[in-house]
Amino acid sequence: MPEIIFRTENITKVYDTGEVKVYALAGVDLELFKGELTVLLGPSGSGKSTLLNILGGLDHATEGRVWFDNTELTKMTDRGLTKYRRDHVGFVFQFYNLVPSLTARENVQLVTDVAADPMPADEALGLVGLGDRMDHFPSEMSGGEQQRVAIARAIAKRPQILLCDEPTGALDSTTGVQVLEVLRDINERFGTTTVVITHNAEIQRMAHRVIFFQDGKISETRINSERLAPSEIVW
Amino acid sequence: MQAIDRKLFRDFQRLWLQAIAIAVVLSCGVAILLTSVGMFVALSETRTAYYERNRFADVFAHTVRAPLSLVSEIAQIDGVAGVEARISGTAILDIPGRTRTAVGRILSYPEKTNPVLNLPLLIQGRFPDPAVTSEIVVNAPFAEANNFRPGDSFSANLRGQKRSFTIVGAVQSPEFVYTIGPGAMMPDNEAFGIIWMSERAAAAAFDMTGAFNEVALSFATGTNTASVIDALDDLLEPFGGLGAYDRTDHQSDAFLEAELSQLKGMAAILPPVFFAIAGFLVSMVMSRIIALERSEIGLMKAIGYSNTEVCLHYLMLAGLIALVGVLIGWVAGTILARSLAVQYATFFNFPYVIFHVSYWVYAAAGLAGLATTSLGALQAALKAARLAPAIAMQPPAPPRFKRSLIDEAMTKARLAQSTIMILRSLLRWPVRSLLTSLGLALAVASVIASIFINDALDEIVDLTFYQTNRQDAMLLFAEDIPETVLEEVRNLPGVLQAESQQFHAAILRKGHLSKRVAIDSRRPGADLSRVLDIEGRPLDVPPGGILLSRRLAGQLGVHAGDTLQAEFLTGRRETYSLTVTGLVDQLLGLGAYMDLEYLNALFRQAPRLSTVNVTLDENQIDDLHRAIKDIPRLTGIIEMNVNRRAFQDTIEQNIVVMNSIYISIAIMITVGVSYNAARIQLSERARELASLRILGFGRGEVSYILIGEMMLIALIAQPIGWLIGAWIASAMTNAFTSDLYAIPLVLKPHIFAIGSLVVLSATLGSVLIVRRRLDRLDLVSVMKTRE
Repeated sequence: MPEIIFRTENITKVYDTGEVKVYALAGVDLELFKGELTVLLGPSGSGKSTLLNILGGLDHATEGRVWFDNTELTKMTDRGLTKYRRDHVGFVFQFYNLVPSLTARENVQLVTDVAADPMPADEALGLVGLGDRMDHFPSEMSGGEQQRVAIARAIAKRPQILLCDEPTGALDSTTGVQVLEVLRDINERFGTTTVVITHNAEIQRMAHRVIFFQDGKISETRINSERLAPSEIVW
Repeated sequence: MQAIDRKLFRDFQRLWLQAIAIAVVLSCGVAILLTSVGMFVALSETRTAYYERNRFADVFAHTVRAPLSLVSEIAQIDGVAGVEARISGTAILDIPGRTRTAVGRILSYPEKTNPVLNLPLLIQGRFPDPAVTSEIVVNAPFAEANNFRPGDSFSANLRGQKRSFTIVGAVQSPEFVYTIGPGAMMPDNEAFGIIWMSERAAAAAFDMTGAFNEVALSFATGTNTASVIDALDDLLEPFGGLGAYDRTDHQSDAFLEAELSQLKGMAAILPPVFFAIAGFLVSMVMSRIIALERSEIGLMKAIGYSNTEVCLHYLMLAGLIALVGVLIGWVAGTILARSLAVQYATFFNFPYVIFHVSYWVYAAAGLAGLATTSLGALQAALKAARLAPAIAMQPPAPPRFKRSLIDEAMTKARLAQSTIMILRSLLRWPVRSLLTSLGLALAVASVIASIFINDALDEIVDLTFYQTNRQDAMLLFAEDIPETVLEEVRNLPGVLQAESQQFHAAILRKGHLSKRVAIDSRRPGADLSRVLDIEGRPLDVPPGGILLSRRLAGQLGVHAGDTLQAEFLTGRRETYSLTVTGLVDQLLGLGAYMDLEYLNALFRQAPRLSTVNVTLDENQIDDLHRAIKDIPRLTGIIEMNVNRRAFQDTIEQNIVVMNSIYISIAIMITVGVSYNAARIQLSERARELASLRILGFGRGEVSYILIGEMMLIALIAQPIGWLIGAWIASAMTNAFTSDLYAIPLVLKPHIFAIGSLVVLSATLGSVLIVRRRLDRLDLVSVMKTRE
């Protein structure tokens, strides 16, 4: 049994708009394990992204507790969370979120400039197969390439965890598969704990563990005994 | 260079036009601060150094004739460190090759030692040989204007004796940094000069052997000026003392002081306005950038940049704008300071000039620019810092609109949807719309507040030269002489009309307040020199009292009907209780008027005069000049049209420069405000406008929304600008009011029109530049932009 890296205890997240209270998370208990690739599945508004943001230290839970290794994230100040993100977490977003005024290499350097023990930006871009596109601006790259830059940026700091929110959501299936292959490669090569949010049920088949969300709660957790390679996934 | 810094520079490159527009406004503030503070420091340092090195006196006094033995008594006054007594007089000069007369102020130069005080500084040649009474030195500007070289000579009419003098040198003196002839309004170095001659020559010319008629004192530090002045007045009183005064009443120093306080005023009023506008523009632009870069901010935070780093990143962007503004301001300020220094060099006669702007002034102006820009950016940068990363990654919630009474009114008015869009956008961000309006209003105000001066000065010229002083020339006599001389003047060539006038130095006292004035008296019905009220109505001075200008009455704390003490320093030197028979509003001077006949009766004397006002036949002016060069006791002639021309020329030169500066400033402010406002609007509305284009709106219809909103804001700015402009103009007229003059507040409709025209056209120009971007709007990509 691998070590636990994340543990949550009854976390809730309530958005109070004044007139109504919306429960994005309604009491979630979960455990994630070191080196695993976990897929979070569920319809829009089921609380996946909210959970991911809380795990990544981007957002605070309304109630409940979250531990990363043996550190309680829910007790951390904003400053502590910033350091936590800087040292441990890599993010990949649906819309890549590259800085348009920076080239691929510079977008990665944005991270390597502040991380404690980063790999060179060139190496990170080489890992995602963009060694020859390093000096291109985002506007000069395809969506798949941009997403791979985003992944390179996320892994350049050698994070312990990689959090991906709909990484293939804006991509066609061919480029989507390329991106998933990179994610799986990183996960296997570096043992980086990876959490992937997706709408796409097929992607679950590449995960070690699949967690289903419904109405702000975990409805089911499943462990895959057999995993497919991304190239075997069709959507 | 770190990646985040590279982002900073690329963002700056992308925003360069907007950044420059702001930077230019900021640079105006920096440049003006640099110029005014720099020149203030330079001018006052130069003055201090010059006064110190050449021992400019602290107190001055004139008397009719005092024995030299009095000097040792004066030296014994408590606190007096140095005494310099000398002989002074005025003479009409006959300069070869010059038809018109020039006037010289003659001063004696000690024979054995150097002067103790008011040391002239030799610029050229040498000082006069005491044994050669025909040798003189003249002030350098007079020598320069008349092309005098050592060895040149001219003659002077010294109390009826025509004497020839040889120039042996040119000097400058701390007493004559600013030289203006008697009765003149502007310096005329060609027609008025200062002449130093040996004591012996001066004594012979003015019948002053063993006597003096001018004394200057210096103090030990910490001396009470008032008590020294009182003691000196007491000592001089039996010898016809005309009242001692300190540096504040010294003509040359008073002009320098006025210039210094104008620089101080400029430093205090203008730069803050520019800094405020630049700060506002930065705040407006930074808010928009932060709105646009919302997801990038989220990203930076997600990958571990701290709130402080994010905040600093945006502050540095503002810092870059400030840097450009400060650099432009430094360059412009240096050029401006240099041109002002050149102007000072022609206006003020300093032997050396410490006209460099110190490094600390550069540093202070730069820091002030940087600080205001940062302050403007701070709110937006803090907002970026505070933005929670998870929220920043999501698109912002659409702005909330609520139906209000105004909406119902708009619906009822059946306005076009595009007009409703314009109005609603103004109402959605009322503070921003109002501040933008205020920025443009300040531009309007800056035009109004500068060009109203033209009309004000026109009014001054009209009232002074065409209404009050209608004579062509004034003939000045050495002392009060019988009015019978009027007949002789009438017989001079070219004189058409002659009227007498008397001036008497007097101290007016009311309670503890007192003021040294020249009491002006003339015959009732005098037609050439008249007393006018502010509306231009001629007044006859009521006999049996004194008529005061309102400014003078204010300084003495008297009202019509009050009684004051008039201590005459001329004639029998008697003191009379006079009733203030009326107050008159006037633009120039501190007028005090008495009826000539009443004055003669009071003095128990036959009619006398000290000045004759004449009108002249233009064709005989040269003959007149030839004739008066030989009239004894005539000490000077003031030609009003020369005066008028000099005054108008100086003003016109200054006004053209000042108007161009202020109109450029207004345009810069307008472009800075409206270009940025329009760019922000376009960026906020790009999606909306592209949608309209997709729905089939034409370019013109879409442009209408962009241009319409900006022009509406500009229109709203007009009345605000008129009000602010009128207010600043009135504040300026108050600030410029001194003992010497008041600026009338003349606000004619055309200056408001000019202000509005300048600002509205600059706004239209700026918004049209932004409008071109509408043509380049890529409809498809805009629709794809997430947000």
